Amino acid sequence: MKRFAVLSVLLLFSSVSHAQNAPSDSAKNAVPSAGTDDARMKALEEQVRSLAGEVALLRSELKEFRESKSPEQLSSPQLLLASTHPQPGTLASVPAPAAPQTTQTQTFGGASGNAKLLNPDISLIGDFIGTAGRNNVSPSPSLQMHETEVGMQAIIDPYARADAFLSFGETGVNVEEAYITFTSLPAGLLLKVGKMRADFGKVNTIHNHALSFIDRPLVTNNLVGGEDGIDDAGLSLSRFLPAPKNWFLEGTAQVFRGDSDDLFTAYRRQDLSVVGHLRAYRDLSESTNLDLGLSYSRGNSAGLQTASNPSAFFTNLYAADTTLRWRPLRRAIYHSFLFRNEFFWSARDQLSLANAFQTQHAFGFYSSAEYRANRRWTIGGRFDRSGRATNASLTDTGFSGILTYWPSEFSQIRGQYRYGHLWDTSNDRFTNANEFLFQFLFVMGAHGAHPF
Amino acid sequence: MPRLFTNTRPTAIVSSLALVFALLCPLTGSADSKIRIMTATTDLASLAQEIGGDKVDVESVARGYQDPHFVDPKPSFLLKLSKAELLIVVGLELEIGWLPPLITQSSNPRIQVGAPGYFDASRFAKILELPTGQVTRAEGDVHPLGNPHYWLDPDNGLRIAKGIQNKLSEMRPNDAAYFAQRYDSFEQRLKQSEQQWQAQMKPYAGRKVVTYHRSWPNFAEHFGLNVVGYVEPRPGIPPSPQHTVELIGQMKRDGVKIIMVEPYFDLKTPNSIARDTGAQVVVLMPSVGGEKEITDYFKLFDYDIARLKKAFDETH
Repeated sequence: MKRFAVLSVLLLFSSVSHAQNAPSDSAKNAVPSAGTDDARMKALEEQVRSLAGEVALLRSELKEFRESKSPEQLSSPQLLLASTHPQPGTLASVPAPAAPQTTQTQTFGGASGNAKLLNPDISLIGDFIGTAGRNNVSPSPSLQMHETEVGMQAIIDPYARADAFLSFGETGVNVEEAYITFTSLPAGLLLKVGKMRADFGKVNTIHNHALSFIDRPLVTNNLVGGEDGIDDAGLSLSRFLPAPKNWFLEGTAQVFRGDSDDLFTAYRRQDLSVVGHLRAYRDLSESTNLDLGLSYSRGNSAGLQTASNPSAFFTNLYAADTTLRWRPLRRAIYHSFLFRNEFFWSARDQLSLANAFQTQHAFGFYSSAEYRANRRWTIGGRFDRSGRATNASLTDTGFSGILTYWPSEFSQIRGQYRYGHLWDTSNDRFTNANEFLFQFLFVMGAHGAHPF
Repeated sequence: MPRLFTNTRPTAIVSSLALVFALLCPLTGSADSKIRIMTATTDLASLAQEIGGDKVDVESVARGYQDPHFVDPKPSFLLKLSKAELLIVVGLELEIGWLPPLITQSSNPRIQVGAPGYFDASRFAKILELPTGQVTRAEGDVHPLGNPHYWLDPDNGLRIAKGIQNKLSEMRPNDAAYFAQRYDSFEQRLKQSEQQWQAQMKPYAGRKVVTYHRSWPNFAEHFGLNVVGYVEPRPGIPPSPQHTVELIGQMKRDGVKIIMVEPYFDLKTPNSIARDTGAQVVVLMPSVGGEKEITDYFKLFDYDIARLKKAFDETH
């Protein structure tokens, strides 16, 4: 207790001396420029006001200090010194301009996340999936903690921000995405560097927990590298493009190392893969909008380690996506509708059974719709049809229906019925798969942005 | 496949695309003398317009009748944000679900968080409901930095306007006198209106009311209303039957006759509560532009106070 008293006296002393110094500087500046008595009085008044402000600030600071030392006195609501702490997210890198009005001391401004200080925004999303029913072609476990995704996001410095998402699955940890975004480049360029989900179509960019369905469409598995899709280390450059009135155009060019699951493999260092994406968007009305996209990707076909020159085998992927959204602004939390189609064409160079060079041309698409019926319930359906990248003559078909319940914005419970007419490679025939999937999703930590 | 060709192709494509982007687009930021301002909400737009006058072009991302927690980050906003010199936000994590991606994707260095063109209005306002103990989402979608609906206190409007005046003067020192004069005029008009509003609300001082969401603490404090309950059991959680029954009981005990509802909430539950308690549902506008006639910050309070006054008179 004694030590504390000494400390507070010291603190008081040092702060008072500080308070005396600071305004005297400003007074020196103010007086010579004043000239008349009136201005002098004003300057003095200003000085007194600022001193009063400082004293109030110091008092409350001292009070806070005392209270933090004696938790039993914490019952009364505490004033938080917003102005003395950095804003959340602004970090210390950019000094918040000290408010010129000295009246703005303790009572104005929010709490500014004192506890957080320079920590990144951290979130964790749990994704639990259960499956029942029959599927011989791509069976999944009955119950699984499918993924636990940890996200960390922060502003790095005045020129960049960074986002990292680590997913802990049943088999290990995967850096799903980790990239820095340079937001202050000239000419409106946006540069991302790191590992990221490629800007190829729509569903490829979406994290598992943000999908409209529990699973990804069939075509993703057949043609675009499965659950992880095109997700690779590289660079991405994007920019808005000049567009006709009321249209929004954005172009993205990305170059990756060339390793994406069972889609692309870099056999040599120069076997890079590329992605190009063009997005066009238009508001049809206040509540309705249309979102169109064209994508291209090229890389070396995966799985050709046995070939004599695997770097000569390419997979070219083309995609087109259309999304129609409806969300009435006055009832945005109750009703919305989304209709989305994505079409994929794959041209894959590979070795035929006779070990000759061949190119398989496969096509696949999905068409999905979801409707938010009220604040807590969403229903949706999806039709799937896709050839197989390695054998375009085999076409899998399927459809799904899904019901989502939202206890709150931070958890979801879903049930999905999935039918598949799938080629069973081991038995050389088509089989029917009838499955019921259910999912529990939960979010903790930082409030992420809603996907759009 | 010729080897040389395939080796160079990917990088060539990327670099040529980059070149095309760079060439196609003229540099943004013309010598236009008006300051281009984007705001998160219409109220901030109205305040910026009051101070900026004809020296600014102001536009809001959210509409006045829209729930400011849930705005779609449409790409059409990106174009506007990419050209903005000043972005005024409500802050306190009100826009956390939609504004951060818009800011990042705007690729506009001037309005990035912490840049000189990023203006967080909450830094100038008196904030209520600052959580003191532990903050968990058992309380619903709480705002850990305090209640973000602070603009519904005219005193805060004045404080924010002062902040905007300083910011604009900093950006256009030559027009500082103009902005100062606009601020003085705004202050004077606001104080006049304030007297009328207080006079209109005086007879109802201390009246107990129920609100749908916690949007009105600043309004209630300023005009002497006593908010005793909420239709939402917790912020962001839809009404539950059990909570509704409890609320009805409480309203009957306390003689609460007014249920204040924001325009973006469903009226089913409030209406049924009103039927059971003899109370009246009053749809109040939390923001400028909520109705066509609410064209500025003054008319916002004119509208809400007129509605409240009428409801108080009718239920008594």
